[in-house]
Amino acid sequence: MRSLLLALVPLLTLASVPVHAAVEIFACEPEWAALADEIGGDKVSTFSATTAFQDAHFIQARPSLLARVRRADLVFCTGANLEIGWLPVLLRQAANAAVAPGSNGFLDASQSVRLLDVPTSADRAEGDIHPNGNPHFQLDPRNLPHIAATLTERLQRLDSGNAAYYDERLAAFNARWTKALANWSTKAENLAGMQVIVHHSAWVYLEDWLGIREVGQMEPKPGLPPTASHLAGLLDVVQTSDVKAFLRASYQNPKAASWLMDRTDIPDIVIPHTVGATDEASDLYAWFDDIINRLLEVNR
Amino acid sequence: MRARKFVAILACSGLSLWSAQVAVAQQDDSASAAELRAELEQLKLDYEQRLARLEARLAAMESAPAAPAPATGGSALSDKAFNPAISLILDGKYGHFSNAEGLRDLPGFQLGGESGSFNNGLILGESELNLQANVDDKFFAAATIAFESDGDESGAAVEEAYLQTLALPDGFAIKAGRFYSGIGYLNGIHSHGTGFADDPLPYRAFFNGRLADTGIQASWTAPTLLYAQFGVEALSGNSFPAAGAANSGVGTRTAFAKFGGDFNVSNSWLASLSYVDSNVSQRSSGGTAEESGIDPLFGGDSSSWIASLVWKWAPYGNPRDRNFRFTAEYLDRQEDGVLDLDGVTGTYSGDQSGYYLEGVYRFHPQWSAGLRYDTLDADNRVFGLGTPTVLDDNRETPKRLSAMVDFWNSEFSILRLQYNHDDSSLNRDRQWVLQYIMSMGAHGGHSF
Repeated sequence: MRSLLLALVPLLTLASVPVHAAVEIFACEPEWAALADEIGGDKVSTFSATTAFQDAHFIQARPSLLARVRRADLVFCTGANLEIGWLPVLLRQAANAAVAPGSNGFLDASQSVRLLDVPTSADRAEGDIHPNGNPHFQLDPRNLPHIAATLTERLQRLDSGNAAYYDERLAAFNARWTKALANWSTKAENLAGMQVIVHHSAWVYLEDWLGIREVGQMEPKPGLPPTASHLAGLLDVVQTSDVKAFLRASYQNPKAASWLMDRTDIPDIVIPHTVGATDEASDLYAWFDDIINRLLEVNR
Repeated sequence: MRARKFVAILACSGLSLWSAQVAVAQQDDSASAAELRAELEQLKLDYEQRLARLEARLAAMESAPAAPAPATGGSALSDKAFNPAISLILDGKYGHFSNAEGLRDLPGFQLGGESGSFNNGLILGESELNLQANVDDKFFAAATIAFESDGDESGAAVEEAYLQTLALPDGFAIKAGRFYSGIGYLNGIHSHGTGFADDPLPYRAFFNGRLADTGIQASWTAPTLLYAQFGVEALSGNSFPAAGAANSGVGTRTAFAKFGGDFNVSNSWLASLSYVDSNVSQRSSGGTAEESGIDPLFGGDSSSWIASLVWKWAPYGNPRDRNFRFTAEYLDRQEDGVLDLDGVTGTYSGDQSGYYLEGVYRFHPQWSAGLRYDTLDADNRVFGLGTPTVLDDNRETPKRLSAMVDFWNSEFSILRLQYNHDDSSLNRDRQWVLQYIMSMGAHGGHSF
């Protein structure tokens, strides 16, 4: 009996070896790819479905993405309907049961954080709203450790052999992130109360974290392109408040902001909404460094 | 390592196996008792290591910064959350044509019943109700009911009603029920999702708009960085071009292979090759030829090839403000068999082909414009009937040039103006079409 059991050992050892050497992670956005690298180290290979110059609301379900989902061990996305226009199509067409929603291979980051701007009703007359809440929560760095913890747990389930490795990486990340957070908070103290006009309602978490006040949006309703009459209305807002900057993301059309800039003396600034959105935002830490530096520069 | 694995197995398989193991050990001599002790030690060590890991995680979490309360947002579940995603698409058209009705047959082609030609005046297009949901962890199901109204008559028809597997291993998937066949490119797209108000001539002539039938589809997606999907289908053959389920209800068989990828961050492509083979019995032109020609019944074999190419450009991968889409499909069909005209029989051998080229440019977040050229060519040989029929091609090559411009108030409402310079039937037709497409409810993403 014992020898029979012993004979099973090599078989089971073989069976437990994953097909790919590394856990293949399909991250929907660059910040999750960066976080997955942070926790997964050399035990994972990550792919970001979008670049920092793409609007993750509007992506085509391209064949190249289907091929990536087909190969993935873990699909790691924002959730909260941000990717509603393309991710469900990819998941259904890629024929990869391992990453189906509800399985260990599907990680919806929005489940690990508290969402802001949860609407009380869902009516498309109000624009392109997200019924579960605002999905741009990557811009509050206090959210990342929660998502990192969930990610670590998933990686340990998918790749139990390296469980200790992932724990070590998580502990290291948390230690470094805690320090960085304290630094950012100190550095950004003067930003509290700063007034801004934004392109899209993509900055509520950043504003919530730093105490920044949003006094207007260039989009008349979320997701609808800026119109001349709406922008003209914003000029009145500028008159009655102390707006320091027009904020937009790297993928957003600069036309509306430059229209406003031409009629006021307020600068238009690109704030990196993710890793890689500016030259300076080369990793998770440099990303928030750059956000704060850019805001401080215009808040004089 | 081996011993550790052994202990791990013991731990997993529970107490019964453990006690059995102890019993075996007790019968053995003291040497194996020592072995057992070693295993116990190993087990302890194993647990100590796990405990240490848990402690490390706990410490890590405690050192994590203060943050918002977790997990309240996300997707709050309610009964409503389990409802299928429901969408209603309203598609209406107004047509102004220079030719009278009834002359829009294609010389040399026996057409299906509703081959997509529409009439002067206001008409309700294919308004659709679509319901879809994951049934459970293993199945996805969808149904599309189309509402049509033609003069005094109106009715509903099942466009699609199918299930699809979600959990087959290794990239396999099965679809069963009534569905749009996976062949070609346009065939998988509902009429309201195309760039024009009507279907290109080859799809109208070869598939009565779309090949949609009841049957089963098996597909496999390769685990490669180049997207590669292969599929086969067995369909009842009740739908055009088979018309009349032959061969015990499996009258149409198809096979397709699709490949795709990115040239770079702004340019993507999809190419496919498809084959359709149908056993045809008692096929007539479903009414469209009544006024213009003699319509014999065809029985025999019909097989088609489709080569499709799609290229999409979106600057830096952002299709929203500007994008361009180019589609080209070439269809080739061979038909051989017997014709029956009120008891007189003849033979028919048809060699038919057609293609369309289409470009749609979105030049503004709310505006796009497109051009399309489509054409057909038939080389039919009919013997023994002694009278001309709709299959006589008269060496005509039906062709058409279309231009359209559409306005998108949002991605849910589209208004479109289209002009067709139509040389597809015997008399040139100048067609103006005004179309609206309104999408309500759930709005799932579109395929590439």
